[in-house]
Amino acid sequence: MTRSVAASRGIAWRLLGTATAVLLVVSACSSSAATPSPAASQPAASAPAAASPAASAAASAAIDTTTPMTLNVLLMQQAAYSAADITAMDAAFTKAYPNITINVELVSYDSLHDKIVTAQVGGSGKYDIVLMDTPWPAELAKANIVSDITSKIPADFTSGVFDSAWTAAKYDGKVYGVPWINDTKFFFYNTDMFAKAGISTAPKTWDEVEADAKLIKATGVKYPITASWKQAEAVICDWTQLAAAFGGSDFVDASGKALFNQGGGLAALTFMKKLIDEGLVDPASLSQTEDDVNSVMSAGQSAMALNWTYGLSVMNDPTKSKVAGKMKVAPSPGEGSVTTSGVNGGMSLAVTTTTKHPNEALAYALFLASQSSQEMDVANALPMWKASFDNPAVTKGNPDLFAAAKIQFAGLVARPVVPYYTKLSNALQDAIQQTLLGKKTPQQALDDVAAQLPTFQQ
Amino acid sequence: MAVGTLRRAPLKRSKPWPETWVAAAFVAPAALVIFLVVVVPLARAAWMSLFDIELTRPGVEPFVGLGNYLTQLTSAGFWDSVFKALFFTVVTTVLELSLGVGLAMLMDQPMRLRWVLRSLVILPWALPTIVNALMWRWIDNATYGSLNALLTQVGALHDYVPWLSQDTTAMWMVIIADVWKMTPFCAILILAGLQGIDRELFEAARVDGAGTVAIFRRIILPLLTPIILIVLVLRTMEAFKVFDIIWIMTGGGPASSTQTVAIYAYRTAYQGYDFGQGAALGYLIAIAIMLLAAVYLWLLRRTGTTTS
Repeated sequence: MTRSVAASRGIAWRLLGTATAVLLVVSACSSSAATPSPAASQPAASAPAAASPAASAAASAAIDTTTPMTLNVLLMQQAAYSAADITAMDAAFTKAYPNITINVELVSYDSLHDKIVTAQVGGSGKYDIVLMDTPWPAELAKANIVSDITSKIPADFTSGVFDSAWTAAKYDGKVYGVPWINDTKFFFYNTDMFAKAGISTAPKTWDEVEADAKLIKATGVKYPITASWKQAEAVICDWTQLAAAFGGSDFVDASGKALFNQGGGLAALTFMKKLIDEGLVDPASLSQTEDDVNSVMSAGQSAMALNWTYGLSVMNDPTKSKVAGKMKVAPSPGEGSVTTSGVNGGMSLAVTTTTKHPNEALAYALFLASQSSQEMDVANALPMWKASFDNPAVTKGNPDLFAAAKIQFAGLVARPVVPYYTKLSNALQDAIQQTLLGKKTPQQALDDVAAQLPTFQQ
Repeated sequence: MAVGTLRRAPLKRSKPWPETWVAAAFVAPAALVIFLVVVVPLARAAWMSLFDIELTRPGVEPFVGLGNYLTQLTSAGFWDSVFKALFFTVVTTVLELSLGVGLAMLMDQPMRLRWVLRSLVILPWALPTIVNALMWRWIDNATYGSLNALLTQVGALHDYVPWLSQDTTAMWMVIIADVWKMTPFCAILILAGLQGIDRELFEAARVDGAGTVAIFRRIILPLLTPIILIVLVLRTMEAFKVFDIIWIMTGGGPASSTQTVAIYAYRTAYQGYDFGQGAALGYLIAIAIMLLAAVYLWLLRRTGTTTS
């Protein structure tokens, strides 16, 4: 009995310990979280917007170039701006600012949000710069994790960067991040499979996608379309992109009332379910992320898919793909009067409220986002600078991708930038899967989430 | 100096500590550590469970009393996840125990290279859970998983099945992965129990005309009851709070069909950042596990084999 009681207690401790340990540090650090933003009290840094950090240094009187300091930076592991890319950028930055040491920490996307919140609110608050996804500025700004840098953004950034990239960094009219990644989901297709089905051009509407998929299925491809519809953020991105194509770009109205359960949102989910029912979308999509989509497409199992920019280089990589050289990209299809749509997959670099070096942190963020840094690795990430798209030296490696991006970047739609986004996203993920599995109708599933909205908004 | 005049001064002996003081001194460091890492966080969690605390809303933490507990106890999501956890617990525990008994009996038989069999059997248990989960995720992959390849090649399936993408199969796939990993643990413990049984009992039973089944039912099973109950306690408690293997294989999907109570608690606390609710959920899970343990302890006492 003694042993059993001890064992049961051990289990309880372990379960509770996980939660309580975090809770302890939350309370311990709540005072630091409530501290007014140091950035707000600092003079504006005329940080380096130019390509050369050395030139920027000369222009940046507010940046401390003598005191040794370390900037702790939290970024994401990804194909675009890989660890090697970031190391190269850091080397260029620290060459201009020898007193600054950059300490970069890379985590997976799934861990990024948790890490930001727990470290900055519940933990040591050690990060000077954190990478923010499009829907997060509202939540992180309200939690006083990231600083308002509206007045510190250089003019050439404001005018030179796509407007859609700024939506990934703004909340309530204020700028909380320096746009760093501008991305959306493109339409990738296997030219061999299309040719075999007698199709010569990429579909321009989702109705055409459906018709082409039926033709391709008739040639023996079991599931012509594969998708990343796992119960994760991936399915929200695809649904948002489709919803925009079907005419619904807003999730909630200004008063906080649900819009996603009508119009485009409802039409998009109905269409997704129809593709599943017709056997055109691989049912395995319900457990797939974007990386899985790349694997299925690279194995030559499906003919078309939506995916982020990096997907094209993966699918066309002869060392990883059976269909290398056969994959092409096109703007994501539209529907009716909508010619194309794209979910805003941009991310931005935010200066935290806990940093002791706000000017230097901003200088670093602006340097990473500078046009020359952005043009370092255009195979995996597209620059967010408009001028890059008119520079043949940059676009020559992948003109189709740049052409598609130029069209889509002009009108990206954002997932809702609301403080309760994480809860809303979790509920929508479940609702979409309930529909795709046939457990609820699209209307019923989305209405159920709409009914929960007031709870999320409390 | 005459030898006889030399005298050694008597050794000064301090008065020995009472035995209880010595014991307390030895126990004190461990007790202090336990107090700091167990009692303090537990008390803190209990306190926090009485407040509405959201990590992304610093500074606003109203007292809600038992509100967080009531919210969860009246939440469909909570009960749905509890039933999923119970289903997982019952099925995995029954399967692991049954297979464990069978494996233990096999490993107990005198045979050549028995040590090889024992080493092989323990391998799945030796694998880290994350490796096991990733391995099974690949095996169950709809497009290039070996399970579909095997079943279609032997003619059991005509078509590939997206095992982890269907709400009807995802939980079973997770259960299989867990059974594969944890059966060896049960087998090893039961084998230890088997080896403690006096072999003369078997011979005597055989002399009296008992068959293999009768020996198993009348001798082996009753004598194994204490160890089986201990295995049941351990596996039930572990299974009810399962998190890692499910999180890696399915993330709780599709459509929350594998969202057990630990995953629900994780989502509440670490994705919703609702730490008041998270702490309340932690306590509710702990209470549920203690209740399950209490049932087993009662059974143990009933069999008269309690260790206390």
